Amino acid sequence: MHIFAKTAAAAVALTLGATSVSAEGKIVIYHWFEYIPQELLDKFTSETGIEVTMDTYDSNEAMLASLKAGGMGTYDVAVPGDYMVSIMIGEGMLDEIGDGELKNKGNIAPEWADPSFDPGWKHSIPYQWGSTSFMVDTAVYDGDIDTTDILFNPPAELSGKINMLDSQGEVLAMAALHLGIPQCSADREQLKALNDMLQNAKAHWASFNSDTAKEVLVSGDAAVGQIYDGFGAKARAERGSLKYAFPTQGYVAWMDNVVLLKDAPNRDSAIAFMDFLLMPENIAAVSNYARYGSGLSGVGEYLDPELATLPESNPPATAGPAVFIEVCDEATQAVYDQIWTNVKK
Amino acid sequence: MAGAAATGGSARSNTYASARNWLLLPSWAVLCIFVLAPVAMMLVYSFLTKEFRGGVIWEFTLAAYDQFFFDRGLFGDEPARIDWTYILIFWRSIWQAGLATLLALLIGFPTAYFIATRPARTRTVWVFLITIPYWVNLLIRTVSMKFLLRDQGPLNDFLLATGLIDDPIRIINTNAAVQIGLFYSYLPFMVLPIYASVERYNFALSEAAADLYASKWTTLRRIVIPSVRPGIIAGCILVFVPSLGAFLAPDLLGGAKNFMIGSLIEEQFKGNAGNWPFGAAASMILLTLVLVILMFLARQQARADREATP
Repeated sequence: MHIFAKTAAAAVALTLGATSVSAEGKIVIYHWFEYIPQELLDKFTSETGIEVTMDTYDSNEAMLASLKAGGMGTYDVAVPGDYMVSIMIGEGMLDEIGDGELKNKGNIAPEWADPSFDPGWKHSIPYQWGSTSFMVDTAVYDGDIDTTDILFNPPAELSGKINMLDSQGEVLAMAALHLGIPQCSADREQLKALNDMLQNAKAHWASFNSDTAKEVLVSGDAAVGQIYDGFGAKARAERGSLKYAFPTQGYVAWMDNVVLLKDAPNRDSAIAFMDFLLMPENIAAVSNYARYGSGLSGVGEYLDPELATLPESNPPATAGPAVFIEVCDEATQAVYDQIWTNVKK
Repeated sequence: MAGAAATGGSARSNTYASARNWLLLPSWAVLCIFVLAPVAMMLVYSFLTKEFRGGVIWEFTLAAYDQFFFDRGLFGDEPARIDWTYILIFWRSIWQAGLATLLALLIGFPTAYFIATRPARTRTVWVFLITIPYWVNLLIRTVSMKFLLRDQGPLNDFLLATGLIDDPIRIINTNAAVQIGLFYSYLPFMVLPIYASVERYNFALSEAAADLYASKWTTLRRIVIPSVRPGIIAGCILVFVPSLGAFLAPDLLGGAKNFMIGSLIEEQFKGNAGNWPFGAAASMILLTLVLVILMFLARQQARADREATP
C-alpha cells in the first residue's frame, strides 16, 4: 500500500541537500496526503512571503520511521495524530513552543484546551479531528449497521466484501471495542481471545487497503469498509447508498495536530505557519476541503453550512463512546505486534 | 557471450592497460556507494538490538534471526519451536514468483520466437510494440489492471454481456489477480532476452534437423531450446528476482491479506512494528536466497557452455 509515501521518501532524499541550508522565508512541511487545499498554502505564501515545500505520508508510523531515518532537521512541522504526538514527545523529537510565541493560541476551543496527548499544547496546535469507523453499502445490507459485528462477525450478505484499513492501530483498537477489553491489555485470556477472534474474522475480509479505502467503497468492490468520517462523507457524495456507522460498542476518535519539530531549519516560519492555521478562516478552509472538525472557536461562520449536518460527524444518541488510540508500553506492544503478524501471515 | 567479447577486445585493451584501473574508478565508486554500502549497512543492522518504535541500539544480538526461525508463543515465554510463519511467507513469495516466471516463459518464448522469425524490417516494429506499455509507470499500470479485473469491471461486463458467465468471476483480491499482475508487469523482461538469443540462432540447423527426419517437437527440444538457453535463463532471472520482492501487485491486486516478502520487510520499517533489525535480517535472508538461486543458474549455464564447446 504505502506507495505514495514511497514516492515521498524518494522526494525527501532528493530535496535533502537543498533544504538542509536554513533560509529566511522558507518552510518545509511534512503532511498527510490529500488533506490540505493548495489554495490555502498559496494564501500563506502571499500573506507572509514564505515559500512552502511539502512532502506527504500516508500513516503516522511511516512519518515516524522517515523522521527517525534522517528526516529530522529537514522538516519544520509535521501533522501527527493524537497518540503519535505523545510518542514523539516521549522520543524527544518535538521542540517546545514558548509562552506567548503563538499570537492566536487563544482561538483554541475550550473543550480542547488541555488534551491528554500534549497537556497545555506545549509542542503542538490542534489541526483537524474526527472519527474512524466504517461504512456499509445499504443497498447490499439493510439491517442494523451500528454494531462492530459488521466487521468482526458479519452477516452472510457482507462476508467476503469487507475492506479493512491496513493499519494495526485502527484495526486492533476497533477489535478491542468489539470485545469490550482495554486497548493495552496485559490479561492473557483477553489477548488470546483477541487473537482468536481476529483469526475468525479474517476469513470474512476481502482486503486490507488504506490508500483506496474510499475508492473500493465507491466502486462497489467492498460493501463494508473501515474509513475516516471526512473521507466517508466524500464517498457518500459519490455513492448515495453508503452509510457511516456509529457502533454501540464505540468507535475510534482522532485528532491530527501540527507539531513543531526539533532542529527545525526554519523555526520562525513554522511558528508563523502555526499562527496562520490558528486563524478560524484559515482552518475552516481545511475543514471545508477535508470534511473534518477543527478544534478552534469562531470557525462557524466560515464553514460550509452542509458540514454542520453531516451524518458522518453527528453521532446518533445510540452511539458508543469515541476513544483515542492508546500508547502501550514496550512489552505489551510486542504481544500486539505478534497478534497483528498472526492476522497478516 | 561475455568471453567472446573479452577476447575480441584484448588487442586494444593493452593500449589502455595502465589507465584501466583509473577508468574503472567511477564504476567502482557507484558500486560501492549504491550496492556494497547499503548491503553492508543492512548486514550490520540485522545483528543489532531493536529500539522500541524504530531505530537500533548498538549492541550485538542474534535476536532478529532468532525471531525469524523460532516461535516462542504469543507471550514469548514458551519453549522455542521452529516458527513456520516467516518461512511460509517466504515460500509463498517464491511460489508466486516461480509461477509468474513459468507463465511469462510459456507466453514469452513463443512471442519471442514469432518476432525473431519475422522479416528483419518488421522485427523492430514488434519489439517496439512490446515495449510501448512499459513507458507508463508500474503503479499506474497496476491500478489500471485493478480496474479491469474488478467485479463490475470491463472484463466481467464483457463476459456477462456475451453470456459466457452468469455471475461476475471473482478475480480481484485473489492469488490469480496477483499472478496476472506479476506476469503482466515483467513479461518484456522475458521476451527481450529470448528474442535476442533466437535472433542469433541459425535456422539452417532446424532445416538440417528436419532433413534428418526430426519431428518439429524434437527439433525444438534438442536443437532450438539448447541454442537459445542463455536467453531463457536471463529472462527467467529477470522475471523471478523482481517478482520475489514485488509489493505492488500483491497489495493492490491481491488485497494485502497476507504478507509477502516485500510487504513483511516494509512493515518492519514503516508499520507499527518498527523492528529495523528484523527487517534487515529478513532482507539478508532474501538476499542469500536470491544469490544461491543465481549461483545455481550460473553453474547450469557454465556447464551448458562446456557441453556446447567440447
